[in-house]
Amino acid sequence: MHELSLCQGILDAIVAESRRQAFRRVRGVQLEIGALAGVDGEALRYAWETVAAGTLAATAVLEIVAVPGVAWCPACRATINIGEYYDPCSRCHGHGLKISGGEQLRIRQLEVE
Amino acid sequence: MCATCGCGGDHVHDHDHGPTPGHGGESPAHHHPHEEVMGIDGTRIVRMEQDILARNDAHAAENRRHFAERAILALNLVSSPGSGKTTLLENTLRWLHGRCPVAVIEGDQQTALDAERIRVTGTPAVQINTGRVCHLDAHGVGHALADLPALDRGILFIENVGNLVCPALFDLGEATTVLILSVTEGEDKPRKYPAMFHRANLILINKIDLLPYLRFDLDACLTHIRQTNPGADIIQIAASTGQGMDRWHDWLERRRHDLLQARLARLEGDAAALREDLDRSGRARV
Repeated sequence: MHELSLCQGILDAIVAESRRQAFRRVRGVQLEIGALAGVDGEALRYAWETVAAGTLAATAVLEIVAVPGVAWCPACRATINIGEYYDPCSRCHGHGLKISGGEQLRIRQLEVE
Repeated sequence: MCATCGCGGDHVHDHDHGPTPGHGGESPAHHHPHEEVMGIDGTRIVRMEQDILARNDAHAAENRRHFAERAILALNLVSSPGSGKTTLLENTLRWLHGRCPVAVIEGDQQTALDAERIRVTGTPAVQINTGRVCHLDAHGVGHALADLPALDRGILFIENVGNLVCPALFDLGEATTVLILSVTEGEDKPRKYPAMFHRANLILINKIDLLPYLRFDLDACLTHIRQTNPGADIIQIAASTGQGMDRWHDWLERRRHDLLQARLARLEGDAAALREDLDRSGRARV
């Protein structure tokens, strides 16, 4: 359940930001979650309810923007989308792809008051 | 020592340092311009564009610097529970005894049993109990380092919590990740836990002596590993009987040798630059 640690990280970042940006309540949190990052959206939402309870973000809605896995196929000299690390190239069905995106876990923006 | 995070904890502070990541400090990674857009209902948008793991990554970078400055080979050992990780470590530590400084950080949710097993081999060990948390993080590892003796030019084994999911996300500052998969687990593990298998630099297939008694398709397992992580080294071992352990020892020695050589090259580069500066200043004085 690393989603708990991740939610704690999100909350810590929001609290630090609230001091810099002088806001008292968070209505929404927009996250960017890569398909290869190994994070389950539902588990993240579940953990968020526990972690955010009683804080400035208690009622904040998590908006999760899913980003596809992206890889470079050296054989096809092309960028393709993948769902998992072990997926073959969708064109040549070869392996040995170089991952180029979809591993991120980012806080994009907050809606605050 | 608490140079990394500036947190309280059980550690005494007798030094001043500026704001650092952790515990309300402002991470250097957080400095970036923020745009704000006012909404019609009194709300506004605050752009953050920040990695969720930024704080852990800052601690990991600090650990990595610590290891690099002292030429310490740090290995993050990950596996499912019951893969034979601690037995592998015990036998490896007996082999390493007297060769170079070695220490172990043990991560478990509960108990100090593993650290006690390690200490029996004569190796210093620190136990981290993660409680409800299912993985080690870089902050905890940084603190554990303070409780270990000097390890310059040695090897640090960090035995992560037995779990192939959560440790995949948390960089500890290690030079290399070693994944132990035992043949009693099933050949489809690389497919079930792709993030962890993708991250590993070396995969040790353990308990290989049990193959005749199991329905474990070794070829399928090797294919799954290569599809998930084409660059990973793979060594088959039986830690309890010693089978294949010489190849694992060779791998360790090679990694340490490469690391020491890289450190020496950096130091010689620094020495050459110093000599050049001294020569120039000597000529200027004459």
